[in-house]
Amino acid sequence: MTTATATADRRRPGIHAARFGRRHGWTLGTYVLLLALVLYWRSVPPVWGSFDLQSLAIDALPFAFAAMAQAVVIISGGIDLSVGSLMSLVNVISAKYMATMSFRDALLFAGLLLLGSTAAGAFTGSLITISRVPDIVVTLAMLFVWAGLALQIQPIPGGGAPLKYVQLATGQWFSPWIPSGLVILLCAFVLIWLPLRRARPGLALYSIGSNRNAAYLSGVSVTRTRIFAYSLGGFFAGLAGLALTATSGIGDPLSGQYYTLNSVAAVVLGGVALVGGKGGLIGPIAAAFVLTLVKTILILKGVDQNWAQVIQGSLIIVVVMIGGLAIRERRRM
Amino acid sequence: MIDSGEVHALLGANGAGKSTLVKVLTGVIRADGGRLVLNGEEVQISSPSQAARVGLAPVFQDPALVPDLTVAQNMRLTGTLREAVRSRLHEMDLNVDFSEQAGDVPLPMLRMLDLARALVRDPQLLLLDEITAALPSDLAERVFAVMRTRREHGRSVLFITHRLAEVIAVCDRATVLRDGSDVGTLVPQHGGERKIVEYMLGAEVATAAVKASELDETEVRISTDGDAAAAAAEPALEVKSVRAGTVESVSFSLRPGEVVGLAALEGQGQDDLFATLAGERRPEGGEVLVGGRLLRARHPYDAIRAGVVLVPADRLLALLPQRSVRENIAAPRYNRLLRWGPINLRLERRRVQEAIDALQIDTRAYRQVRRLSGGNQQKVTIARWLASGFGTLLCFDPTRGIDVGTKQQIYSLLRRLAGEGAAILFFSSELTEFPLVCDRIVTLYGGRITAELPAAAADEASLLRAMHGLAEEVA
Repeated sequence: MTTATATADRRRPGIHAARFGRRHGWTLGTYVLLLALVLYWRSVPPVWGSFDLQSLAIDALPFAFAAMAQAVVIISGGIDLSVGSLMSLVNVISAKYMATMSFRDALLFAGLLLLGSTAAGAFTGSLITISRVPDIVVTLAMLFVWAGLALQIQPIPGGGAPLKYVQLATGQWFSPWIPSGLVILLCAFVLIWLPLRRARPGLALYSIGSNRNAAYLSGVSVTRTRIFAYSLGGFFAGLAGLALTATSGIGDPLSGQYYTLNSVAAVVLGGVALVGGKGGLIGPIAAAFVLTLVKTILILKGVDQNWAQVIQGSLIIVVVMIGGLAIRERRRM
Repeated sequence: MIDSGEVHALLGANGAGKSTLVKVLTGVIRADGGRLVLNGEEVQISSPSQAARVGLAPVFQDPALVPDLTVAQNMRLTGTLREAVRSRLHEMDLNVDFSEQAGDVPLPMLRMLDLARALVRDPQLLLLDEITAALPSDLAERVFAVMRTRREHGRSVLFITHRLAEVIAVCDRATVLRDGSDVGTLVPQHGGERKIVEYMLGAEVATAAVKASELDETEVRISTDGDAAAAAAEPALEVKSVRAGTVESVSFSLRPGEVVGLAALEGQGQDDLFATLAGERRPEGGEVLVGGRLLRARHPYDAIRAGVVLVPADRLLALLPQRSVRENIAAPRYNRLLRWGPINLRLERRRVQEAIDALQIDTRAYRQVRRLSGGNQQKVTIARWLASGFGTLLCFDPTRGIDVGTKQQIYSLLRRLAGEGAAILFFSSELTEFPLVCDRIVTLYGGRITAELPAAAADEASLLRAMHGLAEEVA
């Protein structure tokens, strides 16, 4: 082994392309899958138009935020089973009080709720680090706590939101082909995640998921970073809950249930390693769209709902298996 | 005490406390007591980042770069300027692609990156914990050059290594640790290896040697006629130029009725060698013959079926701590019983009882193995193989953390098993054990066998020299 290893050479773009493929191969694969599904989807209904795109964006928006919430926690080496019920809680609180508010007040209230859900995430993270009870146990317990509170606040679906607030997620941006839900999602990703990922807190997040000991020796506070990961997860779960209010127009204490395990599925499908340290948020976001689209297509095809679930589950196994095989092949080379 | 502008070596056998000391100095572990004085001022160091502030920069034994981040991201994580690291690397004539993920960078280069990162802070005291262990000689030379430059600039270096030649080549003074305390500081000189080894062994060597010879004559060493028969017999286990991970090329053979000791410093390839023999790891080259037949072990199951069984140092790796002694002893037998169909409990109980009696296991805490004492747990791991039958026993530091009395029982048990025709490979981190148990001893250094000694010639001094690769003096 000599010193010639790993010499930077910017004149050979081939190397960079190969490395890009190696590092982001999975994410690329998710987008290829999404593209293939979209192409197929266009041929399914008799008339396919901007309306279909709009309804996909509406369906996928809360899911995409839930996947982001789960992804940041899993990247840091943890797991959060309370994502779905925290969503429900934010959903019912917002729908209960926003129904009578003006748009401006509703926005302020939404900001307040985001702060609250971030604090809820921080609380969960602190519980995990202080009590040293495993994260899966603590977040499972928090699942019940948030779900119970949501039912207490609003036992049956109800409430509402100002029309302008609803249009934030269901409207359009200049052209009917640009659903505003997609714009919101893009904004959250570009304004929050991208800068964070490049700064020290984001690196710390990856470092504790990758190798806790090396992170500690690099001067990272593991405890603080874990709490930070759950807080960020709480923030995204809050966004997901607010998106639920906007896309459905009401508050439903059971609305979040669907997202707890589906967020884990999207994260896995999106190329984030369950042991942490690997992957990003664009993969899980694409995976949320893939899973929503599969469901939409199956409904359009008239496939029975129960069979649709079986097909969705099989798809996850097949994709993750292909990904795993690809990684193993690469190691062998 | 380390002067400014000094390169100071920290020496000691395995487990003497070298790495612990580094961890205390850099705030990874909190000190139980004592004071730390830096530049005339007493300092309290409670975290790695605080150690950096007071001018201590460590390069740990394990790389401190996060594998899933790129090298550049790792530098940003610690707030180190990339250009500064790059120029340090250039000074050492190295070039690293900073956009590479740290996990893809080869280990020796990671060590150099760690070093470069530590150097950027221009620390008053640089701590290098076995940095040269994983380095090829050309990179090690560059590390020495760095250490000399630090000295010229009035900075100090604390250098931990197992290679005495390196100490003599670059260090001004050396402190020797033994059993967690310092036994002396000396100025290393050419030809001074012997003196360092004496310090590492301490004054008890003489008494320990006497004790060993007494035991020799009493009960532990049993038969010499058995040894003679062993010499003539076909080897039970033959290892031919095996290569696996840190094992470069190892050949030796074990005959039935023979206990062969394997002596090595930490990280010389013994872990990979045992893993290969036990079937946990596939060799990259060479072959292992069991009773003259090639062993192709893809799984420990294959090795066990061929009669090669392992007693690991960490007993809890081998045992089912929540289950009873009986179930633990019988566990390896299950794969020999009828696969489908009930377990013959009466037969099982008889075999287990035989093994328990043979090993004198204290079974008062019979119902849960985890409540047994360490020594009795270790006996259970051996009893498992007694009950199921074996040809070759691989013992990896079997007496670690066991009290003296039980140790004696384990020694005599191993001798008795050998007397009954078993072949035993015995690794230990305690050198005094070798003459008590073994017929001959081979030493492993840098993944190769460096010497073979008969038990009678294996006093600690010659063992230690051979373990440090100073084989010429042994011959």
